[in-house]
Amino acid sequence: MTRMLGRLSFLASVSLAAVANAQPSPDPRVGLKAGKTDAGVAAWNIRLVSNTPTQAPFTSSWNSDLAFFGNYAIQGSFAGFQVWDISNPARPTLRKGYHCPASQSDVSIYKNLLFLSGEDYGARLDCGTTPVRDSVSKDRLRGIRVFDITDLDNPKNVANVQTCRGSHTHSALFDPKDPENVYIYVSGSAPVRSPNELSGCVETNPDEDQHSALLRLEIIKVPLASPEKAAIVSAPRVFSNLPARPAGHAEAEEDIQAAQKSAAEARARGQFTAVIFGMERALSTQFTNRLLDSLVKVRGGAGFSAVTSADSAALRSALPTIIEKMMGGDEDRSHHMQCHDITLYPAVGLAGGACEGFGFLMDISNPIQPRRLAEVADSNFSYWHSATLNNDGTKILFSDEWGGGGAPKCRKADKPEWGANAIFSIVDGKMKFESYYKLPAAQTPQENCVAHNGSLIPIPGRDIMVQGWYQGGISVFDWTDPAHPREIAFFDRGPLDSTRMEMAGSWSVYWYNGVMVSSEIARGLDIYELVPSEFLSANEIDAAKTIRFEYFNAQGQPKFEWPASFSLAKAYLDQLERSKGLAPARITAVRNALGQAEAATAAARRTALTQLGASLDRDVSGSSDAKKVELLAKAVRDLNR
Amino acid sequence: MSVPVHPRPLLSVALFVVGAGWASGVSLLDAQTLPPVTADAAAMAKAQSDSARYPYTAADIHFVTGMISHHSQAIVMAGWAPTHGAGAAVRRLCERIVNAQVDEIVLMQRWLADRRQPVPVPDFAMLAMGHSGGKHMMTMPGMLTEAQMRELDRAQGTRFDILFLQLMIQHHKGAVTMVGDLFAAEGGRDLAVFKFASDINVDQTTEIRRMQRMLTDLLLTEATHP
Repeated sequence: MTRMLGRLSFLASVSLAAVANAQPSPDPRVGLKAGKTDAGVAAWNIRLVSNTPTQAPFTSSWNSDLAFFGNYAIQGSFAGFQVWDISNPARPTLRKGYHCPASQSDVSIYKNLLFLSGEDYGARLDCGTTPVRDSVSKDRLRGIRVFDITDLDNPKNVANVQTCRGSHTHSALFDPKDPENVYIYVSGSAPVRSPNELSGCVETNPDEDQHSALLRLEIIKVPLASPEKAAIVSAPRVFSNLPARPAGHAEAEEDIQAAQKSAAEARARGQFTAVIFGMERALSTQFTNRLLDSLVKVRGGAGFSAVTSADSAALRSALPTIIEKMMGGDEDRSHHMQCHDITLYPAVGLAGGACEGFGFLMDISNPIQPRRLAEVADSNFSYWHSATLNNDGTKILFSDEWGGGGAPKCRKADKPEWGANAIFSIVDGKMKFESYYKLPAAQTPQENCVAHNGSLIPIPGRDIMVQGWYQGGISVFDWTDPAHPREIAFFDRGPLDSTRMEMAGSWSVYWYNGVMVSSEIARGLDIYELVPSEFLSANEIDAAKTIRFEYFNAQGQPKFEWPASFSLAKAYLDQLERSKGLAPARITAVRNALGQAEAATAAARRTALTQLGASLDRDVSGSSDAKKVELLAKAVRDLNR
Repeated sequence: MSVPVHPRPLLSVALFVVGAGWASGVSLLDAQTLPPVTADAAAMAKAQSDSARYPYTAADIHFVTGMISHHSQAIVMAGWAPTHGAGAAVRRLCERIVNAQVDEIVLMQRWLADRRQPVPVPDFAMLAMGHSGGKHMMTMPGMLTEAQMRELDRAQGTRFDILFLQLMIQHHKGAVTMVGDLFAAEGGRDLAVFKFASDINVDQTTEIRRMQRMLTDLLLTEATHP
């Protein structure tokens, strides 16, 4: 055992050394100078195209989440929302600032409609700046504001949908089968407000009152033609019947092994065992002796001293029911368990729910009745915050916003599996734990840092994501191999303040139409571009840029479908070179052939591509990366369409 | 009411180690140092302008002040894990609790200092010796009595694990009650307090569920750790 461990750690150190060679060492993110506008900066394979500071009256509030449409980025703020024209990423201009204070003004957009979350007690229906102070007030807004932004100069507040817990975040769902409506999934983790303010807001446990505002989602239906009719259409109880111990990485591996070993040994000794929370466990003899004692007494015997083998057999068969009863009741279905973020991926009919103590996989084929397919818990996770699915819908990544985003959880002593992402593969509707990914550079105690919002980057054939880590900066990582995620690019600034932790950093960073836009809580709007590296080629980045959306909400995940382009074919070829899926000479030959076809026109190009496609088809069977060769052959053939 | 700020450094970490419960082994606090409480002019000005919009109330001050003491007791309890033979799962939980609640104390102390309120300085050494920290602390929901603290300090191994989970569930439930009381008293209009109280609410609720599972597990099964 010891020898094996020794060998494992040797292997681990070898692979770490390989990583260290590729990444700048020492990590330039460590020890950056503090400052608001003049902080030290470290960048690797990323270029900051522009930073545009927040303008009054938004300067004294925190910036929050982002949504996009056309050439615009909408940046939420605790003071309202800001519409930036980003048609020139080097010089974004504020097209419209709308003052309307609320926490935390999470934003989504669909066509001409903008949705804003409000959660706190001070926010007003009329967007006024004097906070509501009364405990019960008709002026309070906790829920979703709906704006028509057809006239960007004059956004019109067309509806407000009040909810019992307010809206911490929300996600917008467009169901292609239902083009007349858009659905808003509301997540809220704040306390339930008084029924005197909003009737029906019941805080009693759902077991006692079916109208309880706890342990549910709210889904708002917004008719596109008449958004003023927006209203809650369902409140599905996605938490009901949760198993006592969900699958997943609930226990540390060594704990599971220890339990299995001790259960086997106990069985061998003739001791009672039972399946508890999905794991076979040896039962304490004190506990089973007491049960035996009562069993004997029930049949009129003298108690434990008179136990027979029949009593033992009776207990053995009754144990599962006894244990189930003991576990039943679902302990204390604690009050405020709610989902924090739900990422909807309608193209595959799935949603990832980051729901405080759990990660949910949900079927959303019926938008108003989401159904929980599977759930995971994790002893290393404190707070399931957000979810991202990969483009194929075969993997899901959850992040743990340990400390709520206001704490420095990336210090050297903070464990790499805490405040991190957990990556799962999805197999037959279940989730299987694969690995953790945490920002790999230690940050100072002056920097709030934990996993936060990000999005996929549409690199064809790979799962690449960019993510904001508050003052930890932004990190681009590859999770194509879910068991071995690795960082391939980063950008970081020093702390906002050298003496104390102030809220700052990237609230969220999303890829949108060729650039990465980040909402810097205290420093404004950042726009970045990727710089080619050995981990990501220029062709792969060019192929990502062929994906264009009219609007984009990260929590309403769209599916990437790459249009035919030479960049796409070259991107796959670069990936085959990296994976050694084709011999170097063959890579060169295909690259030349692609270049010649691109330079050729009309019939000559057509012929060249047909020949190349056919020859690539013949490469498939001999390649160690056959799937990628197939993708390449298809990309080449598609160029002829 | 204006109260002068007395920014004082917290007890140095080394001091905890020589406290009763910290006599041997490595304290969970070693990995995390508590910075001195500082309140600078800019932060105070910001707090002032924030509170012009979202005024903090006596309920907020009461909550934040109380929660510092409440957290301090939890930190001392969790800090005993390495010296009291806790099992791996309880030890991991304790590490998390210490890490999270030390950071939260720093946050709460700053909130008070920026608003020129008296800043409580936890006396971990006294708490570790079983002293409850005064009458006002005992009136807070979920706080352990001196007898409960002493009983926990005497426990070792599985006995410690079981007792720790029982008492920490009681303690966490108290914190959740304090959040409820805060909002019922119309506190939490101040955005920082709203966010902080909401975070405590969800974090500790989630942790209560986890501890209930661990406890059921321990109560029914044989101890699997030495």
